[in-house]
Amino acid sequence: MAEIPMAETPMAETPMAETPMTGTPDGGFWTTPPGRSTLGSWLLTTDHKRIGLLYLWCILAFFAVGVLLGLLIRLELIAPGRTIMAQQTYNAVFTLHGVIMIFMVVIPSIPAAFGNIVMPLQIGAEDVAFPRLNLFSWYLYILGAAIAVVSLFTGGGAPDTGWTFYVPFSATTSTNVNVAVLAVFILGFSSILTGLNFIVTIHRLRAPSMGWTRMPLFTWGLYATAWIQVLATPVLGITVLLIFAERVLGLGLFDPARGGDPILYQHLFWIYSHPAVYIMIVPAMGVISDVIPVFARKNIFGYKTIAISSLAIAFAGSLVWAHHMFVSGMSDVAVMVFSLLTFIVAIPSAVKVFNWVSTLYKGSIYLDPPLIYSLGFIFLFSMGGVTGLVLGGAGTDVHVHDTYFVVGHFHYVIFGGTGFGLFAAMHFWFPKVYGRLYNLKIANVAAVILVIGLNMLYFPMYLLGLEGMPRRYYDYLPQYTDLHVVSTVGSWITAAGLALMAWNLWRGLRHGAPCGPNPWGAATLEWTLPSPPPTENFGPVEPEVTRGPYDFKGIEREEVVA
Amino acid sequence: MTIHRDYTGSKMGMWIFLFTEILLFGGLFVIYAAYHHRYPEEFHHASKALDTAMGTVNTVVLITSSLFVAMAVAALRRAEDARARLLVVLTIAFAGVFLVIKYFEWTAKFHHGIYPGSAELAATHAPGEIVFYSLYFAMTGLHAVHVIVGMGLLGFILARMRAGAVNSTDFVFLENGGLYWHLVDLIWIYLFPLFYLIA
Amino acid sequence: MHAHEEGHHPPSYRLLIGVWGALMVLTAVTVWVAQVPLGFLNVVAAMAVATCKALLVTLFFMHLKDENWTFKGMVLLVFVILAIFIGFTFFDTAYR
Repeated sequence: MAEIPMAETPMAETPMAETPMTGTPDGGFWTTPPGRSTLGSWLLTTDHKRIGLLYLWCILAFFAVGVLLGLLIRLELIAPGRTIMAQQTYNAVFTLHGVIMIFMVVIPSIPAAFGNIVMPLQIGAEDVAFPRLNLFSWYLYILGAAIAVVSLFTGGGAPDTGWTFYVPFSATTSTNVNVAVLAVFILGFSSILTGLNFIVTIHRLRAPSMGWTRMPLFTWGLYATAWIQVLATPVLGITVLLIFAERVLGLGLFDPARGGDPILYQHLFWIYSHPAVYIMIVPAMGVISDVIPVFARKNIFGYKTIAISSLAIAFAGSLVWAHHMFVSGMSDVAVMVFSLLTFIVAIPSAVKVFNWVSTLYKGSIYLDPPLIYSLGFIFLFSMGGVTGLVLGGAGTDVHVHDTYFVVGHFHYVIFGGTGFGLFAAMHFWFPKVYGRLYNLKIANVAAVILVIGLNMLYFPMYLLGLEGMPRRYYDYLPQYTDLHVVSTVGSWITAAGLALMAWNLWRGLRHGAPCGPNPWGAATLEWTLPSPPPTENFGPVEPEVTRGPYDFKGIEREEVVA
Repeated sequence: MTIHRDYTGSKMGMWIFLFTEILLFGGLFVIYAAYHHRYPEEFHHASKALDTAMGTVNTVVLITSSLFVAMAVAALRRAEDARARLLVVLTIAFAGVFLVIKYFEWTAKFHHGIYPGSAELAATHAPGEIVFYSLYFAMTGLHAVHVIVGMGLLGFILARMRAGAVNSTDFVFLENGGLYWHLVDLIWIYLFPLFYLIA
Repeated sequence: MHAHEEGHHPPSYRLLIGVWGALMVLTAVTVWVAQVPLGFLNVVAAMAVATCKALLVTLFFMHLKDENWTFKGMVLLVFVILAIFIGFTFFDTAYR
């Protein structure tokens, strides 16, 4: 096979040489076009890389708020009775934590931020298919987020329903649910438009020589995710519209007194919200699939099975929603069928985990931060995945339903999975975006602290749940105190790990060592461009794809990381 | 930045957007199916109160407007600009007729105390019938919103056609507007039997 | 790839009006069938006629007939997913 470089792209006029040793990033797409103000050039940009960064910064800001709220919840729960806040405040705080983390952080996190930054580069495109629509989705995201913030301080007080907005409580509570569900509707619309844009981009704008089986697995993951975004999110849209109609018009579709069925609300809600957890996790799996071969210097094991398993998860994920409702009072037949179907989703997820481990086997492994985060992902996601089987089995679920076991499971999968996938992506593509490197050792230390913190924070929740501690409760019996204390201390360690990671990345982008186009020695198209890439990506010439996405023959890691 | 003229891409984007519309209504179809299964008698009974004649006329009106917009696309592609514009105007006019008939239907129901959250409705009707009317207002209401949006969209496209920006070589905007309008028709094709003919 | 791919000729007015005529006939049929008491079969008949009409609209008015299999596959997928959402809900509502 050829040793020729993958793309014949002009790399000569890279502005890298003039990059100063310190200061904000410069060159490539960071350069403000002549005749425009810096702020204006960002707020009106249609460049997918800039839009991705706009998303990333907002997502990280909301993440910080969500983490802070989570820390407050844990602090309140360090001892029985009132510690720092009253009951109603507590209800509002955990609702807010849920709404911010789910709708403003986790769902847009990897697809909207890194999907935008990286995917068009990976397929050799100039931009996404509809650049202005892309900017519009970001504004919808900001509008939705703003309305969500407004809902806290107006009307009858911050919503206290939990992020699931279950009827009948959400239809009758005097808190400001109307405005909050409007925010969710708009955020959902933003997510739909991003998905739509990605599907068309991947179908229409791949470089001519990039066949479906040469597409990087991150792009495959985004493709599967985009279909879930497009097909499931509208059901959330109608669900929250119905909540709105229920409250404002008194529609009564879910009111038993008027012939309605509250369980039907739960069906509608989970028809979206179960596939939504795959919107959260599948892109993260794509990141891991891209990172692991690069740091094992070995072709990915089972490329096609990983690609197909993404689609399989997306499809199977739409068959299993009612496993959230085993104790809701739905029919026993439904409990049995949905329990059985739930186990099917475990198959494609496990296929991926086995393939990642097989890729590492006999690889020439470099323990750099993206890989450390990916290993953290595999471990924490497996912890979450295996306990997911406990919840998927109807019999065991009855025992642990609505207990801290569920909270533990969910956070292992979402924080340990999507969160670590996001961190891996941040550390992997950081040099591509900023043209600089952060301190690798500190990044590794932060990753290890995070893994320890997360386990200490969430593992006690499994035990609490098995012992019968219900979720969402403000107060608890004294026998649960010890485990709650361990969990709260774990939250502090996690916060310390996050702070160290954030500080290290911030320092890296100000003072990090400049790097070339391909510091890690990766084989996908984005690494053939200078770091940071130019605004027009590959320019008018379509890049030529001459090797597979994980064919590292003849590609060396750069001096900076070696 | 070069300008892509990727018609297939634009059309694909529009189709995917229509998918989201189908699933938006899909949530309501899920509810309809579940409640119809639960209250077949009540649905049958409540459906009799709807005016089948008006519903049928509206079906004819909407399908005809759908024909007009399909012919408008065909006319524009043949560079028969004036005819294309006339057909779009007719489409919008028929959409208006549809809304006027809908308005009379709804106000007639309101006069009988049948509207969402009505105390009279709750006091005089069986629970299954209340659910039927709630669904009737939710689904035809959401559909009417789409009719209004479609009229706005087609009106905007008409202005672009007058300005010459949408023409026989660059007609994808009208084609996409037409696709949206056909979807509005498509939803009604299902709503009509579900509400008017189940009796 | 970005070239003009609109190879098909626009549909003839006659074809479109013919489809409209078929839709009118089907509308008449569905209104007429609803008058015949068939019990549950009334619902089946109404939905079958509606689906025929929907096919006519998508294939001819929306030109799905002329699109490639990517488009057709996508449309099929959407209806499969919708059928799953409705059908699987019945595992609960039909057995409660």
